[in-house]
Amino acid sequence: MNLRRFALIAVPYIWLLALFLIPFIIVFKISLSDTALSIPPYTPTLKDGFAALISQLDFENFTFLASDDLYWKAYLSSLRIALVSTILTLLVGYPIAYGMARAPEEWRATLMMLVILPFWTSFLIRVYAWMGILSNEGLLNQLLMGMGLTSEPLQILNTNTAVYIGIVYTYLPFMILPIYAALDRLDESLNEAAEDLGCSRMQAFWLVTIPLSRNGIVAGSFLVFIPALGEFVIPSLLGGSGTLMIGKVLWEEFFNNRDWPVASAVAVILLLILIIPIILFQRNQQKQAEAEQ
Amino acid sequence: MKHAILSSVALATVMAAAASAETVRVYNWSDYIDESLLEKFEKETGIELVYDVFDSNEVLETKMLAGGSGYDVVVPSGTFLQRQISAGAFQKLDKSKLTNIDNVWDVIAERVSKYDPGNEYAINYMWGTTGIGVNVDKVKEALGEDAPLDSLALIFEPENMKKLQDCGVHFLDAPVEMIPAALAYIGEDPDAQDPETLKKAEPVLSAVAPYVQKFHSSEYINALANGDICVAFGWSGDVLQARDRAAEAGNGVELAYNAPTEGALMWFDNMAIPVDAPNPDGAHKFLNFILEAENAAAASNYVYYANGNKASQEFLEEDVIGDPAIYPTEKTLENLYTTSPYAPKVQRVVTRMWTKIKSGT
Repeated sequence: MNLRRFALIAVPYIWLLALFLIPFIIVFKISLSDTALSIPPYTPTLKDGFAALISQLDFENFTFLASDDLYWKAYLSSLRIALVSTILTLLVGYPIAYGMARAPEEWRATLMMLVILPFWTSFLIRVYAWMGILSNEGLLNQLLMGMGLTSEPLQILNTNTAVYIGIVYTYLPFMILPIYAALDRLDESLNEAAEDLGCSRMQAFWLVTIPLSRNGIVAGSFLVFIPALGEFVIPSLLGGSGTLMIGKVLWEEFFNNRDWPVASAVAVILLLILIIPIILFQRNQQKQAEAEQ
Repeated sequence: MKHAILSSVALATVMAAAASAETVRVYNWSDYIDESLLEKFEKETGIELVYDVFDSNEVLETKMLAGGSGYDVVVPSGTFLQRQISAGAFQKLDKSKLTNIDNVWDVIAERVSKYDPGNEYAINYMWGTTGIGVNVDKVKEALGEDAPLDSLALIFEPENMKKLQDCGVHFLDAPVEMIPAALAYIGEDPDAQDPETLKKAEPVLSAVAPYVQKFHSSEYINALANGDICVAFGWSGDVLQARDRAAEAGNGVELAYNAPTEGALMWFDNMAIPVDAPNPDGAHKFLNFILEAENAAAASNYVYYANGNKASQEFLEEDVIGDPAIYPTEKTLENLYTTSPYAPKVQRVVTRMWTKIKSGT
């Protein structure tokens, strides 16, 4: 019995250790190293012995990050893009989730399927498809010009607008599903009671439905915000040269400068920034679990 | 238990089958070979060929320096080759296995030996120049009949770029190509290594960067061919491939490539064998196959780049060997410069400058 309990507790911790803590320690160690022209391109490595390993590590790379405004500008710009995308995704996702939850029972499985369906094709192909839609000769501009709405093609591809479109499109299901789950459980009679007590439908929505779906909104927002902050593929394919995001800065440190230590330092700080929302998310989940018990 | 035995027998059989079918894994630049050559190699040797592509030296170099890439043949350019050799990423070629080694063009081998002293680690695959690809009609429409098609002024003069931005300009997303060009334009040494001189390239590039639609190192082939853009600063053969594709599509796009008169970067892409290649023997077979005169010629006829294979020249088509954009005349050759790798501290300055040029930050 005790063994079973132990196993039950150990599994998530082993999971956390193997998939989060160990990789993080490796990255953190590299962030304290120096670059070298060798395989792998940093020093010291474990081959140098443990004592040498410890004595050669220092925080030089972190002080370097503070010395150049590129890095904090990139962090800020990533935070802004992630935040705006999360709000946009919420604005688009909430009505969809609401519509799904209010749809007749027999429709819901189909609607749920439609939300998940895009995952059946590769994420990369879907982002490439957006390049085809948004380019100057793309479907959208052809349509706008065909209808006579614009005479010149709109420059959307290679701008931040395209990045927002890409992020909202890609992460929409992560917003819809938790909100739908919250709305689905909502007792319809509460709204009726609110209306009986003198609320208009709009007031009932704001005072009853929104607060009761709060957990879904919070969960969905974190599920969008956290990956969007470190997003690399969408800004590099849809964004322009003016799109500054930390994912691209990381790429440049790693690939152009061959500076794994500084790249690792950038990654460590990114994680520190993310820890705050991740902890908030954890606490929200926990509270929700407790409330259900 | 029985199931476990059965499945482990099955696994062993699968592994044995995989081991008996010899494989060579090649990692080459995108759009850089006549694909029928790959089939020919498989047919001739019975070796299965796995062929992957990349579009930047940086991606290749990171894989090489991480180690354990799993590739048998890779194709770094000159300065990258030099740095990766000193990092110990490659093994020396066993020339006794390269029976076609006498086909190499001594002139090119000599130039490559700047990066690979004694030509011990690599054979030249292709070489070319970095220059200006133009959609002739569109550029003349924007700038008039006397547009400087063969001068760096076309892309580094803000007045010109302003007029060209609407029809679209792409630059290579490679500071090691763009910064030497900017230095050549202002009359500085394109192979400068000191940060002071290198920084002089920044105002030149920053002044025109707002008019550049995209910094990218492979998209311009299709973009030029489709008429989406009218100017690309890119690699000679890529522009010529775009010209070829446009002609095939019959879309009326007329493209031309010019090595700039102010001087053009001459680069070399070379095949080398990683130190931890799983199948070095098969890798030598592939190199020897590429060294065969007919095969090197077939590759050049397809990709419109000059190769480092003297014996292949009799098999080259007239529109390849006869085109001075591919096989430059003596006079143009004098106008070509080569570059050396930057030291890590200088590289950081260069990358930082490049980010600043592209994003304004």
